[in-house]
Amino acid sequence: MSALTGLTLASAVEGLRKRDFSAREIAQAHLDAIAAARSLNAYVLETPERALEMAAVCDERLARGEGGPLEGAPIGIKDLFCTRGVRSTAGSKILGNFIPTYESTVTANLWRDGAVMLGKLNMDEFAMGSSNETSAFGPVINPWRSTGSNRALAPGGSSGGSASAVAADIALAATATDTGGSIRQPASLTGTVGVKPTYGRCSRWGVVAFASSLDQAGPIAKSVADAALLLKSMSGHDTKDSTSIPAEVPDFPAFVGKSVKGLRIGVPKEYRVDGMPAEIDALWTRGVEWLREAGCEIVEVSLPHTKYALPAYYIIAPAEASSNLARYDGMRYGLRVEGPSLADVYQLTRAAGFGDEVKRRVLIGAYVLSAGYYDAYYLKALKVRRRIADDFEQAFGKVDALLTPTAPSAAFGLGEGSGDPIAMYLNDIFTVTVNLAGLPGISVPGGLDAKGLPLGLQLIGRALDEGTLFSLAGALEKAAAFKARPERWW
Amino acid sequence: MAIDVETVRKVANLAQIREPEERLASLAAELSGILQWIEQLNEVDTEGVEAMTSAVAVTLPMREDVVTDGGDAADILANAPKSRDGFFVVPKVLE
Repeated sequence: MSALTGLTLASAVEGLRKRDFSAREIAQAHLDAIAAARSLNAYVLETPERALEMAAVCDERLARGEGGPLEGAPIGIKDLFCTRGVRSTAGSKILGNFIPTYESTVTANLWRDGAVMLGKLNMDEFAMGSSNETSAFGPVINPWRSTGSNRALAPGGSSGGSASAVAADIALAATATDTGGSIRQPASLTGTVGVKPTYGRCSRWGVVAFASSLDQAGPIAKSVADAALLLKSMSGHDTKDSTSIPAEVPDFPAFVGKSVKGLRIGVPKEYRVDGMPAEIDALWTRGVEWLREAGCEIVEVSLPHTKYALPAYYIIAPAEASSNLARYDGMRYGLRVEGPSLADVYQLTRAAGFGDEVKRRVLIGAYVLSAGYYDAYYLKALKVRRRIADDFEQAFGKVDALLTPTAPSAAFGLGEGSGDPIAMYLNDIFTVTVNLAGLPGISVPGGLDAKGLPLGLQLIGRALDEGTLFSLAGALEKAAAFKARPERWW
Repeated sequence: MAIDVETVRKVANLAQIREPEERLASLAAELSGILQWIEQLNEVDTEGVEAMTSAVAVTLPMREDVVTDGGDAADILANAPKSRDGFFVVPKVLE
């Protein structure tokens, strides 16, 4: 493979600016690598013509000494983002051949800053899943394999295509979204960096809705600096999303490499859960040591309602999903299955268009919102959500950030978790609290387990304080010196 | 709380999803399992706790009540399964 696909986003942007290579060259190198990596099933749609067209415009701008902060950088887009004129499916059959006539704000920001689109990335259907196995386009394969084994592993989910593509060098970086852990868990399982920013940092306009009070876009990238660079372009206030925060976007890349001396880091004791693999516990301890050596003060903190986060999430997210997904009625876009009456058309369309996990969550949502159960389930969950947010607020009175593992396991085999929905839901045990509280979180690769698979560490910050997270993540990245790459078998 | 086949049928109807009769029993078991797991929330004392209805502490912005968008009928119909003369074509609603 070309050396150009092995570059980081930051070094590629620099090379493009210095004209060491052209935008067309680096786009073509990635398109060739994508064509050679179809066995990963990371892309659900490749857009080579669009990529080369965009790259040609970038080359003209670069030749004039112009261009944005991402000028000429080829990236992948999770298929949850609507892209004008380019099929957008959310990984579902029900959107069929939906071709948006508009562009999501996040992707529009990226094109404004000079990024080039390689294609649309696979994902769990409507972002509901932790293994990318619920996609209507079939599972994504993790480029990582256990040492000495050729068993196919899942890349995590729901942003499995984004994580696999970045880990396999078939995108310099990728957009992703995170409702309960869908950026950070796949980043952890693929040795990449993933950021779930503060709720409201990135506009949700044009991002297919799953659970609107939890959904947030963010980057998956090869390094902390790359994640900071991409997030800076993705972020910004947008009047088209009423929950978008009218705050200045800090210069995130400037925080990477800053000293973290004197910062107080909380270690929440409730995250030491029963049955946690010893290797993950050991990595967590190593992470604490790394930050201590970098000059941080380590403080044990308590987040007493942690164990209730997942059950609360599995009321709130399905409730919001059942409302959001009511729009798929076969009338205005997507699939329509004809039937004798209007009700038949609705019910047959949704039966044929939604997969099993989506149906399960829509049914749970409809149940917890139905007459007689609203107070017992939905209202109760919203109160527990407040308790969880209060836990964090108390902790952030004492510390500047929290350090935890990202996920309770390394990458697992395809089909291993699909029999038991609750076992699959437990993948998000360390990440989901952050979505409920609206806080920013980042996953950084920390090391390999005994089988040679990557494990991630998660940092959680105060609302709108992604800057501190980037400094701390930079310190962890430097100390971990994680250089392992998946051996190329595809 | 365990939910039975009749409840699943009712909820599927509310959700406008046609579930085949032979799938209802296994769905009832799956949904009961999830709901029983969720019920640990009852251990949490939420007396006097205000429900959290927004992920960030901001008030919704207001704007002038004026038309800012429109004239996009062709765009809106572009993905319709059926359309004619600038309208969506839908199944007959009234008998």
